Amino acid sequence: MYFGFKNISIRYGEKEIVNDITMDFPRGKTTTIIGANGCGKTSLLKTISRAVSPKKGEVVFKNKPLDHYRPKELAKKIAYLPQIHYSPSDIDVKTLVSYGRYPYRQFGKGLSEQDREVIQNTLNLTGLKNLEDRTLDHLSGGERQRAWIAMTICQEPEILILDEPITYLDIGYQLEIMELIKSLGEKLNITIIMVLHDINLAARYSQHLFSIKDKKIYAYGDPRFVITEERLSDIFNIKAQIYEDNRNACPFIIPEKR
Amino acid sequence: MNYDSKTKTKFYKVSLITLLFLISLMVTVISVCVGSMSFTIEESLRAVLVADDSSARLIIWHVRLPRILSGGLVGICLSLSGCILQGVMRNHLASPSTIGVTSGASFVGYMTLVVFPSLFYLLPLGAILGAFLTTLIIYAIAYEKGVSPVKMILSGMAVSAVFGAFNDIIRSFFPDKIANATGFLVGSLNGVAWKNLSLILPYAIVGIMICFFLPSKMNILMLGDEMANSLGVRTERFRFFLITISSLLAGAAISVSGLVNFVGLIIPHIARLLVGSDYKYLFPTSIALGYSLVVMCDTIGRIILPIGEISVSIIISFVGAPFFLYLLRNRQKA
Repeated sequence: MYFGFKNISIRYGEKEIVNDITMDFPRGKTTTIIGANGCGKTSLLKTISRAVSPKKGEVVFKNKPLDHYRPKELAKKIAYLPQIHYSPSDIDVKTLVSYGRYPYRQFGKGLSEQDREVIQNTLNLTGLKNLEDRTLDHLSGGERQRAWIAMTICQEPEILILDEPITYLDIGYQLEIMELIKSLGEKLNITIIMVLHDINLAARYSQHLFSIKDKKIYAYGDPRFVITEERLSDIFNIKAQIYEDNRNACPFIIPEKR
Repeated sequence: MNYDSKTKTKFYKVSLITLLFLISLMVTVISVCVGSMSFTIEESLRAVLVADDSSARLIIWHVRLPRILSGGLVGICLSLSGCILQGVMRNHLASPSTIGVTSGASFVGYMTLVVFPSLFYLLPLGAILGAFLTTLIIYAIAYEKGVSPVKMILSGMAVSAVFGAFNDIIRSFFPDKIANATGFLVGSLNGVAWKNLSLILPYAIVGIMICFFLPSKMNILMLGDEMANSLGVRTERFRFFLITISSLLAGAAISVSGLVNFVGLIIPHIARLLVGSDYKYLFPTSIALGYSLVVMCDTIGRIILPIGEISVSIIISFVGAPFFLYLLRNRQKA
């Protein structure tokens, strides 16, 4: 297994969140996990950042459990962006992005020449070059999210994990961020793993979907396979009509309440 | 608000910090020269450099200088301790005094004096241990994905009250045992001599030196535990280390000056207003400001009355408490 969950069960006290879930994420592809509120999507991702420790099972990277790696080594391979970010509001974009170089820094030393180069490249790649001196409190929601994504890109990861990266954004910024994620994945050949609530965006921007229901994986594979009337009805309890989006070559849905 | 406002430049911050250190030096010179008996700068310099039997030498070398340097060191230690605590708790209202660390430290300090009266030099170690235990208690009660300000302040008050009560018991029942720790009792620097300074100097220096290696990691910790974890910081371990360092600093300070409130709270705040939240600039700024504030307030306390003096903690409370209220009010608006 390149990267994934192996037989993971999560419990919060008496409450079981997920039971014996195994997910093998295809390398170099974009995979999205979908499911109803409280189905355990975010908890699963949090086992990667160690904010949640699974009752059973483990997160596997290159056939070894995550504990096998030193935290800083891991931080050079796997970047993770939680749904809610904390930061002092007065730091500027360039400083935030430079924090992505932390795993590469030597004890007691400043940024190296190579670090500076990576930071500049990342700022150009994410279209933040002209905003680099702006402080975070002077950015729009979309720009701020771009800055955080740029920070994770600065880690030069093989794998990028994003927990609901567009939840607080309006539709314009949602598309902008999804396009950015797509282009970064393609240009840098990164394996991307996301949790999204928007089925249409998930179908459009992922090559692979996992859906969770009743603590288990319900269906996985190509978006066309996972997104069907019957399955959406089972997962979200909705009646959905499925259409073909010819421009983006993916399915899209019009949901209705049952 | 200016939308295109750039952040304060590196040059600005470095110049400002340099200026603050020059001010510290100036405050020191003034404090050496003025007092119940005032001297010119020349006379003072002579008294520092030439060991003779003059009254200037006696007053300046044996009384004022150790007092100024100890006071300054107390200011530095308390401000750094406050800076670190505010980072650990991810909360700008944390400080040794607001969360009850000072009372806990004095309690264990007192106990040391009562139980091992002959081992005066154990006082700093006792105070450090007290600071450490109190911080752990508050952290355990109030921490849950960042510290809730309300829980932190309330549990700090409760812990303060308990240790304060114990302190009063010790003061009433064993007044003789703690008599030789005068400053310790009332938050005063009166009577502090070279031997008091040398007692805490090793702890203070170790604490201050370690602070120079913390900034980049502390900046990462400010991004929250999940983010810091995935950037390669072992957050639990690092936070425990930080609590140890902040206790070392607070304990060292308290064993010289006793309960000096507000320094650890307001100095990190002022520093943050001046240079922003990057710990690389926050630490040196806090050092210069903490030193100047305590030395200045102690000097004011020495000269404000025609006879006698007002202890430094009282002067700082007069300055600090209104500032604390001002901060609380601004926080509510935001």
